[in-house]
Amino acid sequence: MPLFSRLGLFILLPLFSLSVCFPSPARAQESPYFVAYDHYLEEPGNLEIEYFSTVGTQRGGNNFHAFWAEFEYGATAWWTTEVYLDGQTTFSDSTVFTGFRWENRVRPLKREHFINPILYFEYENKSGADKILKEVEGHDVESDFLVPNAVARKEHVHEIELKLILSSTFKGWNFTENTIAAKNLSNNPWEFGYALGASHPLALQASANRCTLCRQNFVAGVEMYGGLGDRYTFGLRNTSHYLAPALAWNLPSGWTLRLSPGFGLNDNSHRLLIRWGVSREISGFGEMVGRLFRGRR
Amino acid sequence: MKESIAAFAATFVFLGVSFSSSQNTDPAPAKSGKNAASVYAELAKAPEKARAKRNPFEGNPDAVAAGRNLFEHHCAECHGAGAEGGKKGPNLRAPEVQEAPPGAIFWILTNGVVRRGMPVWSKLPEPQRWQVVAYLKSLGVSASSAPPSQLEPPQPTVSPSHRASPLH
Repeated sequence: MPLFSRLGLFILLPLFSLSVCFPSPARAQESPYFVAYDHYLEEPGNLEIEYFSTVGTQRGGNNFHAFWAEFEYGATAWWTTEVYLDGQTTFSDSTVFTGFRWENRVRPLKREHFINPILYFEYENKSGADKILKEVEGHDVESDFLVPNAVARKEHVHEIELKLILSSTFKGWNFTENTIAAKNLSNNPWEFGYALGASHPLALQASANRCTLCRQNFVAGVEMYGGLGDRYTFGLRNTSHYLAPALAWNLPSGWTLRLSPGFGLNDNSHRLLIRWGVSREISGFGEMVGRLFRGRR
Repeated sequence: MKESIAAFAATFVFLGVSFSSSQNTDPAPAKSGKNAASVYAELAKAPEKARAKRNPFEGNPDAVAAGRNLFEHHCAECHGAGAEGGKKGPNLRAPEVQEAPPGAIFWILTNGVVRRGMPVWSKLPEPQRWQVVAYLKSLGVSASSAPPSQLEPPQPTVSPSHRASPLH
């Protein structure tokens, strides 16, 4: 079971049992990004359940499969909150749970503008064995992942991460730029990173017929992301960078599939990161749970 | 084990915060008259340039059919399957909406009414937003929301095979 490790299945199976049980899926119009964020938040009251995998090559060590589950909830039209659970399998080593994250995205402006800012706050409680590469910051390099799981998991990382997301939509194109600042709370300097993304649906008009394979259901894009050093050594020196084409397929049934091969751009980067993900949006989730607590009226 | 406990604790915090926020920060349901009125009032805030825009799909039956599909997937959850209002969204077959210029409806779709719970829908490409507007305009004023003087028989604005009708 090299790719679907036991822990991956442990997360994946309950996730989809849960999502299949909910009768009211919403059709998502999701972007293909894995790392970059655009300015679109979850619809209020909806829960999106997502599972993502990253299979990475490792020079001088064992390849790995990192995976994470996301529970993304639209608290209001201007605030989305999200919990992640992360794990990884390093081949010929072991499978470990690597921590959790709590992320919040807030839209400060009421209306749509040419550039739309989103403020992002995240708290991470993870171990040193974390390999999901959800963002690259500071001097993160490939050789950091050579440490065996048994040793790496003993390191506990409490980190806050701030992002300024600037995103624009023009003639069907989305362009987004994320600036990242992360602070390990154990007295490490601020670290910086970036993520850029551009995407476009394969068709702008919707078809009059319901269809699964229509071009409008596919969104293609590309992401570029990497580290920018830290407070004392800001810049590109000893940092890693990736370029990743990406594709999202929004199915009428409410499921979204994503695929993205990422390529390392310098010697500090993993040569190849294959990412894929599957997600499903459940509409009216907040209301359903609210009813459970309030009782029927 | 310690990490697992922390993860479960975080999940409970997340759920607690989310549900309390969904019940407290989402303003009164838009179906209530006062809130619906404030949402309709947003239509009047559309700039003149936006209001003057014409729907490139006006009178196009395929656009109405496509707009109906889009409405079902993205809008019906809040505005009801027949667009006559739902638990969160106001009646879109009210005279305030049906008599508004297509450009004003398009503007609302693009910008949302974020503080009133209506998200921004600019993630739908511009032609798809116009298709939704074409569908909404094809519905006409509903009997339940129109003053008697405005009630008219259904208008066959599209070919019979694509005639828009309430979904349920």
